[in-house]
Amino acid sequence: MMKKLGFVGAVMTLVFGLTVAVGASGVLKVGTNAAFPPFEYVDEKTHEYTGFDMDLIRAVGAEAGYTVQIIDVAWEGIIPGLLVGNYDVIASAMTITEERKQSVNFSDPYFNAEQVILVPIKDNSIKGPGDLKGKAVSVQLGTTGDFVASDLKGLKKVARFGEVTDAIQEMMNGNVVGVICDNLVAIMYIQENPGKAKIVPGSFFEPEYYGFAIHKKNIAVLNKINAALATLKANGTYDQIYNKWFGTN
Amino acid sequence: MDFRWDLIIRSFPTLLEGAWVTVQLTTIAVAIGLFIGTFVGIARTSKNKLMYGLASVYVDFIRGTPLLVQIFLVYMGLPQLLGFPIPVWVAAITSLGVNSGAYVAEIVRSGIQSIDKGQVEAAKSLGMTHKQTMRHIVLPQAFKRIVPPLGNEFIAMLKDSSLVAVISLEELMRKGQIIQTRTFRPFEIYLAVAFIYLIMTLTISRFVAYMERRLKTND
Repeated sequence: MMKKLGFVGAVMTLVFGLTVAVGASGVLKVGTNAAFPPFEYVDEKTHEYTGFDMDLIRAVGAEAGYTVQIIDVAWEGIIPGLLVGNYDVIASAMTITEERKQSVNFSDPYFNAEQVILVPIKDNSIKGPGDLKGKAVSVQLGTTGDFVASDLKGLKKVARFGEVTDAIQEMMNGNVVGVICDNLVAIMYIQENPGKAKIVPGSFFEPEYYGFAIHKKNIAVLNKINAALATLKANGTYDQIYNKWFGTN
Repeated sequence: MDFRWDLIIRSFPTLLEGAWVTVQLTTIAVAIGLFIGTFVGIARTSKNKLMYGLASVYVDFIRGTPLLVQIFLVYMGLPQLLGFPIPVWVAAITSLGVNSGAYVAEIVRSGIQSIDKGQVEAAKSLGMTHKQTMRHIVLPQAFKRIVPPLGNEFIAMLKDSSLVAVISLEELMRKGQIIQTRTFRPFEIYLAVAFIYLIMTLTISRFVAYMERRLKTND
């Protein structure tokens, strides 16, 4: 019995070790929640994973010598999935936060964003977070929008949804007065659905930086990704991808 | 793997808040279910073809479709049909209550049908109308019989109520999900959630067993 346990234990350690290390085949498994345009989403026509993050991580992967494999997962479990080795890196517009750094390592920052308040186009009462007192807002569960809203004092309710699109829909339905989400996501929504919503002008929240999340044990991958990222920033590829999605800086 | 007991202890207050919402949700849903189920259950014993037919359509639909689908139908489908939004709480108790109603209806029906035909015949020979028979002879006895299966329905609804997490109602399961997205320790968190559900269902089971014993000695 003990021999069998020992054998099983050895096999499990081997499998775990293999899943933490990137395979010799040079495949970089990338976890993403492909429901966050313009960073990662599924193109309607081509059914491919598209977006700024997708282009960037493919370029980073290629520069570092990997073949990139995209794995689409629910946002809610994206970090646990990394921690158990389902994929090697998360490329999903993930903000670098102190809390998250306790569980994962982040690459160097690759994007600068901030939270905004998205409101219905007809709204005239919300001019800033102060006007949200006593009201309900919606957010995507587990995002910095969620954390920021949870820290605001005096809100009547924070409605947390699994997908950012559901959070925005809740606002369009009239159940909440606004959505707190990433600026580019709000801009993309407005572009795709003109005349329905608008962003409350002003910078009310701390600037954020997106990073690629990597398992703390995977120093090799972290270093390779950082090196590749630095190269892409130096040789103009990063700017190319940025301009493709966001116009000239 | 290090088991983070400290996380479980820190999360308990929030999880208990969620558990309280679960209890309220379940109680209201089963109360609605009891109300609907009594009428529908009686209708299912009726000789009137229309009453029986309508009741059967309702029961068959609810029992034949997943609760998750019913929840989405109410929360997302109805607003599309009616043209106005439905608050999450209202959608939750409506879908759970309507769901419970169908199962309670079957419980009520079998309770009624379990009353010996001899009693009904005796009542008729005494000159009682069908209504009087139901009110004074059949239903009082039937209701005693349905206490255990009703208790089971309450326990089932307690567990099923976890599904309204998907429309982001902050009951026990959803509170667990929220904590998980901040701590990334699903094992500890969901184990704690399961434990709290278990305490609730075991308590109800004990209580139902107690009620069964008390009702038996009454006979």
